[in-house]
Amino acid sequence: MKVSREFYLLSNGASVPWAEIPEWPGEEFIAATAAELERGGRLAAWFGVPENAATRLVAVIAFDADNTLAVGRSAPLTKSYPSLTLHHPQAHLFEREVWEQHGLVPAGHPWLKPVRRQNGDHPAVGNFFEVVGGEVHEVAVGPVHAGIIEPGHFRFQCNGEEVLHLEIALGYQHRGVEEALAGGPHRATMSQMETVAGDTTIGHATAYAMTLEALAGTEAPLRAQWLRAIALELERLANHTGDLGALAGDVAFLPTAAACGKIRGDFLNLSALICGNRFGRGLVRPGGCKLDLEPERAAQLLAKLRVALGEVNQAAEWLWDANSVRARFELTGTVSHRQANEIGLVGVAARASGLLRDVRFDHPAGWHRFAQMPVSTWPDGDVFARARVRWLEIQRSGKFLEEQLATPPDGEIQDGGLTPAADALAVALVEGWRGEICHVALTDGAGKFRRYKIIDPSFHNWAGLALALRRQAISDFPLCNKSFNLSYCGFDL
Amino acid sequence: MFVFDTILHRAKHGCQTMAYPHGPPPALPERHGGALRVDATKCAEGCNACVPVCPTKAIIREPGKTVALDLGKCIFCAACVEVCPTHAITQTKDHRMAVRRREDLILGEPGAEEIRLAAALDGKLKKLFGRSLRLRQVSAGGCSACEADTNVLGTIGWDLGRFGIQFVASPRHADGLLITGAVSRNMELALKKTYAAVPAPKIVIAVGACAIAGGPFIGHPQILNGATSVVPVDLFVPGCPPHPLTILDGLLRLLDRLGQK
Repeated sequence: MKVSREFYLLSNGASVPWAEIPEWPGEEFIAATAAELERGGRLAAWFGVPENAATRLVAVIAFDADNTLAVGRSAPLTKSYPSLTLHHPQAHLFEREVWEQHGLVPAGHPWLKPVRRQNGDHPAVGNFFEVVGGEVHEVAVGPVHAGIIEPGHFRFQCNGEEVLHLEIALGYQHRGVEEALAGGPHRATMSQMETVAGDTTIGHATAYAMTLEALAGTEAPLRAQWLRAIALELERLANHTGDLGALAGDVAFLPTAAACGKIRGDFLNLSALICGNRFGRGLVRPGGCKLDLEPERAAQLLAKLRVALGEVNQAAEWLWDANSVRARFELTGTVSHRQANEIGLVGVAARASGLLRDVRFDHPAGWHRFAQMPVSTWPDGDVFARARVRWLEIQRSGKFLEEQLATPPDGEIQDGGLTPAADALAVALVEGWRGEICHVALTDGAGKFRRYKIIDPSFHNWAGLALALRRQAISDFPLCNKSFNLSYCGFDL
Repeated sequence: MFVFDTILHRAKHGCQTMAYPHGPPPALPERHGGALRVDATKCAEGCNACVPVCPTKAIIREPGKTVALDLGKCIFCAACVEVCPTHAITQTKDHRMAVRRREDLILGEPGAEEIRLAAALDGKLKKLFGRSLRLRQVSAGGCSACEADTNVLGTIGWDLGRFGIQFVASPRHADGLLITGAVSRNMELALKKTYAAVPAPKIVIAVGACAIAGGPFIGHPQILNGATSVVPVDLFVPGCPPHPLTILDGLLRLLDRLGQK
């Protein structure tokens, strides 16, 4: 057991009274957090909680191999604290976010600038890292991009075709999700959770439901947990299939691009078969699921699933068979194992750099305590690896679904009302199709949200895309970008 | 070898594009309720059950008046349908929802129980765009679901290109914008500039509850409650997100490509 005894330890989907979380003065808290990270911990969440005129920092550190989460907090701080980023780059964006939201300065942070620019200025205003030289030029792309895609700004420093540095400026999609949650749950909260990142409705809705259930000291009925696990894998299948198709499209390999575009829709229609909505809206609710998957419906789902899996299998075979595809995928956009670990990548991107990191395996909660699937990894860290991990996961999700649909648990699908505990903090992790979704809820004395923190996997992973572009041809940007396929709105919140 | 496989596959499967609109539309999912219908004359005296359950405050009932539901704000959760004791609010299973005027989405009063479907572009615009429409898509605070179900129209099953409708990379090549998202403050300037870059005459299509009125984020200080805050809108397509069929229906209705359907 490598875990420190000082932080409060809890498992995924559990809660802790706020007063029981150990507290350190500013600098000691940073040192304690750094010690946990050096022990092999990973920063799952780092955020501020306003208290009077000051701000407390809260750290949630994941010890993946031990299936454990460690929570600690600082005493109320007002001005600054020594930056963690210098020794632990995975904290870089968290510290910038805390600075933007609460004004706490991480002293010594090497690149302190806003994350979303919520206070008047537009996101791409301000200084960008600049490379100077006679042959060097700068390329600015976005916020409005060429395809049907969310907005973001990319600033490239290039030497000829070669990208020396990419800086990504986001915030265009900022809708004020977290601030709207304060004092909640409100009547719009559930639908806001379902649209934090609209392609990850089941992932975020499940994380939200889990935090409320943890705060109420209960869990959803087993049948609901089973159905959530099924819906989560359907979401993964649809998005991974779409990504394989889009990757094929970006290297002009049209057979797989055309086929996967259609099959992706077939998977979305399976979600719609369960709940009427192609993105799974209206299914997951705190305390269970709103709708059941009755035996006839499950049989229909299984039959259609098998057809779609057969089709995606064929489309993927074409892709792996084509030398022209391999030549474009291999050694493009490489993120090394060391870099991935240092910047704290999660999900597909982490596993494609050889990191064994999967919430379903490391921090099993809900149905994943009873039903597992192998973690899919690939060592190379390039576009090929990220495509390959998706393909492995498509096969394993398919198999998982076939097994689970054959053995449904009995029982209720929805429990009655939940009463969240007062002055408590709950943490929920869910392995969405992009990677680790982390929700942390802190209640006030009345059991309402005092602070609700959402960390979409994209928050960890955008820096991975920036690193992947180094020493690449700028013409490979679309391909690299698609191989990560990160969420803008999930980041911008 | 994929070369032979793909040719064989193509020969075996033939054209995979749906017959619609010449044939029947693909069926909506069984649990998809379609457009709502509100018959306010059925409202029970003093009943207010639907108002507090609506997450986006799409339903209002002013004292002394009957209930009014704004389908532009609706995210189709059907909570109101479930609580209505008199079945004044029902789901129609109808995929057709696009309208030309914002007020055509207000349901409730006699004669306005259902939405008033969009009329086609008239005269000059129809002549210009009816057989060839190039759109620039702008996501401005969208969650990527409306974007995804717009994108899907380009896949082989829907094949939007067969109607002469195409999404283009530059606003300067476009005849109009298709906007998704609640229009975040941070996208306001970009949206204005993109609109300005489209040569006149131009049209604007707002897709999804967010783009019409703000969706689940309605009233947040960080958003502008939809596209009409920044640009004039010619077609509103409700939904959260709208089913691809609903979006396609709206586009074809606008271009007068559906006849009497």
